[in-house]
Order: sequence, then structure tokens, then C-alpha cells
Amino acid sequence: MSAYDGVVQELIDELGQLPGVGPKSAQRIAFHILSADTERVHRLATALTEVKARVRFCEICGNVSEEDQCRICRDPRRDGGLLCVVEEAKDVVAIERTREFRGRYHVLGGAINPIDGVGPDDLRIRELMTRLADGEVTEVIIATDPNVEGEATATYLTRMLRPMGIVVSRLASGLPVGGDLEYADEITLGRAFEGRRSIDV
Amino acid sequence: MYVSDLALTDFRSYGEALLSLDPGITAFVGPNGQGKTNLVESIGYLSTFSSHRVASDAALVRYGASRAIIQAKVVSDERTSVLELELVSGKANRARLNRSPLPRARELLGMLRTVVFAPEDLSLVKGDPDGRRRFVDELLVLLSPKLAGVRSDYERVVRQRNALLKSAAGARRGGGNADLRTLDVWDEKAAAAGAQLTAARVRMLRDLRPHVQNAYERVSSGQSQAEIAYRASVQQAMSDQGSEPGGEDALTNADLVEAQLLEAMSRLRPKEIERGVSLVGPHRDDLELRLGGLPAKGYASHGESWSLALALRLASYELLKADDWRSDGEPVLILDDVFAELDSRRRNRLAELVAKAEQVLITAAVAEDVPEQLEGARVDVMGSVATRVR
Repeated sequence: MSAYDGVVQELIDELGQLPGVGPKSAQRIAFHILSADTERVHRLATALTEVKARVRFCEICGNVSEEDQCRICRDPRRDGGLLCVVEEAKDVVAIERTREFRGRYHVLGGAINPIDGVGPDDLRIRELMTRLADGEVTEVIIATDPNVEGEATATYLTRMLRPMGIVVSRLASGLPVGGDLEYADEITLGRAFEGRRSIDV
Repeated sequence: MYVSDLALTDFRSYGEALLSLDPGITAFVGPNGQGKTNLVESIGYLSTFSSHRVASDAALVRYGASRAIIQAKVVSDERTSVLELELVSGKANRARLNRSPLPRARELLGMLRTVVFAPEDLSLVKGDPDGRRRFVDELLVLLSPKLAGVRSDYERVVRQRNALLKSAAGARRGGGNADLRTLDVWDEKAAAAGAQLTAARVRMLRDLRPHVQNAYERVSSGQSQAEIAYRASVQQAMSDQGSEPGGEDALTNADLVEAQLLEAMSRLRPKEIERGVSLVGPHRDDLELRLGGLPAKGYASHGESWSLALALRLASYELLKADDWRSDGEPVLILDDVFAELDSRRRNRLAELVAKAEQVLITAAVAEDVPEQLEGARVDVMGSVATRVR
């Protein structure tokens, strides 16, 4: 069912493949591009081709990078004894925003998910083991998503890392800070109750 | 609690409907196919986000419309709240409480509590185990919303575990080696979530049991005794393997069940890989119903089966009422076309038992189907138009 001629429909179809973009939005973006001036469209087109040509994945941690190694892996001020394992590169950005974590990262590229056919070999777990072999890293923080697949991945990694004498920790789950208790969903609130702490005065 | 006003937009056969209701008894009367059940179904849906008639929500949106809206004013303990749910076909529901949108629709769950009696209930006694598991889990989630998370986690883990077992079975048949390195992890997750769910179910069953026995005795006028027991697949597996499975007490101890599940899974592993499915856990459990010592399924007569199904629903109602320490008020009772299914004796017994409830909504094809004890307000329903006549 193509409503428009040739290239316009092609553009709409391509845009519609993007995550979070439905057919209506795709159509709106396509017509926005059509009405924009040529220079702006060129800038967008260049940005798209450049990102694909220049960006690759850091050979050490798997984060997105324009060089062979990413900014964080190259930074000598980072604590080499501390490693945070995440599912996606966007999780690195989220943790970096806290400005609290001074160690380095390892991006797995997903989580164990048999339904989608993702097993340990499809994730960057072998690279993680190679990285840990020299003994520099003494603590691993597992920051996979707090869902069924993320938890399973965390448990799998913990089982492999503990025998190597590495301290393994998992991010706590609980209440969002700065929000109202009443807005927390019952599952988060239930977990927060289970993980409550006594207060030392 | 009771529903004082109901407004429907594009729900089922209704384009627009507006209806005021009173506490006490209301009968919706009209020939079949005129829209009686749709009205009470909308109230049930608002309470549980599931329909007692269909599994998919698509049929709830009026044919040709893009979304349906259910609005209800609920009075509970002198407080009035307006609940609104928008069903968009193929998308997540959107909910509002007192006109302000809720971040998650499921926060509306539990604001309106209902117990629905329907002809489909007979399958609780005569049907497959999954209907009885759903009965237990739905009641469990009403009593303890946190368990909705445990239940959905468990279902997800089992699906992941089955996918892994299936691919392992496929690899083995192809002569290759199956990648089972992550199976231990899935065992661990399935055992942890499964044990929590099992223990919660059995603890609830203990609270439900006296209510079931009592309700059955009253519905059947004491002909025989109803018994209800939890059949745990993990205990079956333990005794198949020659171990002492322990009794019902053991099932309420989540740590113990977790250890038993792990052991059963490790012993069943070759069989699970061969079959490609998870063979042990709460998704394989059942509720065993007995009458006078004999299994109800297969042995009970049609009438006895009906009495037992009614007893299960009445017991749910009593349990929710007893759980009223939050003073939510007692649940709204919905009796959808059940009186036509019952003989006059059971009809009268049921009528006596529900007559004093805070709000009872009844549907019936003809007014004569509604027992005399349940005289109250009456709404005639014809061609998807509801008219209050009394």
C-alpha cells in the first residue's frame, strides 16, 4: 500500500523502520524534510553517513568510539581496578552522567535471551574474561537491566567471576530519589521494602 | 464498595451509555444478545483488566471504533473516586483516577474489587488445571499486588527456559552439542520465583479453605464435604524420585520449595532436554477439588460441580471481605447469567448468601430467573439501550 510516488514513499518507509517511529510520524518527518532548505537536509545526510563511516566500537570495552579505543579506556586517570559491566553503550552514558564512577566499563552488547537466540557467545563475555585475566581489575560491578534477562546475565557472570577471586557486586534496586513515594510502582516499592536498611545514628 | 455511576464509550455494543446504580441489588434483564453482560463485563474489566468472557481485549472495543472508554464512579467507605480506563486496540491501556492520568494503568487495579460469577465458572471444577491456576493467581494478586510482579517474572523465566531447552533439544537431535551453560542460571531464577509463587499460593489457599468448606456446605445444604488441596508438581517429582516430599506445611516455606525445585530440575534435566519444556514448577501445579472424598472432576454430578464452582467464588468474596483491614469495603458481586444454570434449590441458596452484599449486579434473560429474595432495582436492556425501570 504505497500512497506516494517513488522516492517520497521510499523515505517514509525507511523512516518507519526506525525505533519509536510509526507510519504517521514517518510521514510527518518526511514532509518536514521535503520542506526544509537544501543545506539543512545535507547536514542531516552527512551526519548519517559520517556516523556510520567514522564511529566504531572500542576494541577494549565495546563502547562507541571514533578511535580504536574509546575516550574512557584511554583516560589514565581512570581507576583500572574497577570495572562496570553494562548491556548497551547508552548505559555507559547514563552512568557517566552521575560523575560518581571513576572506573572503566565493559559493554556486553545485550543480555542473555534464549527467546531471541542470544547466548553467552553472542555477548562480549569472552572479551571480558580476557580483560580480567591479568588481575588488574579487582572489583566488578554488574549494572545489567533489572529485568528477568538482565538478572540472569548478572547471575551467569557472577558464577564465572567469583572463582577468579574478584569482588562482584550488583546495583541495588529501589526507589527513585527526589520523587514521591506514592508514585513508585508496587514492584519497586516491594523490592525497596525487602532491601531496607537500619539507620545508624 | 459500590459503583454509583457507569459511563461507556464504544465499549462492545455500546456507542454511548450512561447509567446510575444504587447499592444493593440491581438486575439487568433482557433477551440474549441485547447487551446485558457487556455492562457488567465493563465493571469486571475495570477491576481486573481482564474479561471473564474473552482472552483478547480487541473484541471489547466496539467494531469500527479505535478505542473504548469505561468510566465508573466508585463509592467506598464514604469516599468517592472516579475510575477511567481507555482501551486502545493493540496498545497499552490508559488510566485516569479522579480525572488525572496515572503513569501506569495497572495502578488502577485493586481500586475497584469485584467477584464475578459466570457460566464459565463450571470449568473451574470440570476443566483443565490452567483455569484453576488462573483462579488462584487472580485472587492472589488482588490480595497482594506485589505478587503480580513475581508471577510475570516467573512466566517470563519459564518462557526463556523453555526456549533454551527447545534449542538444546533441537541441537541434540541434529547430532550437535547443546549450549547449556546458561541453564543453571535459568534453573536458579525459575526456582527462586517459582518458590515464592508456590508458597504464596499455598498460604492463600489455607485462608481460603474454611470459606470454601463453609460456602459449599451452605450451597449444597450439607450433602457432602468439600476439600481443596494444592497439587505441587515439585512434590510429585520428589516422590517419583523416591524422596520424601513433605506435606502442605513444607510448601509454605519458600526456601525449602526453592531447594526442592532445584533438586527436581537437576534430576529431571535429561527428560526436560528431551521434551524441550520445563516439567516442574507452579506452572504445572493444580488445585485438587474433592467432594466427600472423591475427586470432583469426573465424579461429581453436574449440580454438585455447580455448587462447588459457586462455593469457590463465594469463598473468594468472603476472603476479600475478611481482608478488609484497609477498609476498601467489600467487593462488588457480579452474577452474570448464573441463575438460569442452577436448579431452584441452589438458586435460592445462592440468593440467600448474596442478598446482604453491599452491591450485587445480576444479569438474566427473563425476570423470572432472578430469585424473589433478590428483589431490587431493575434495568431493562434492549438493543444496547439500558433503561432503569425500577
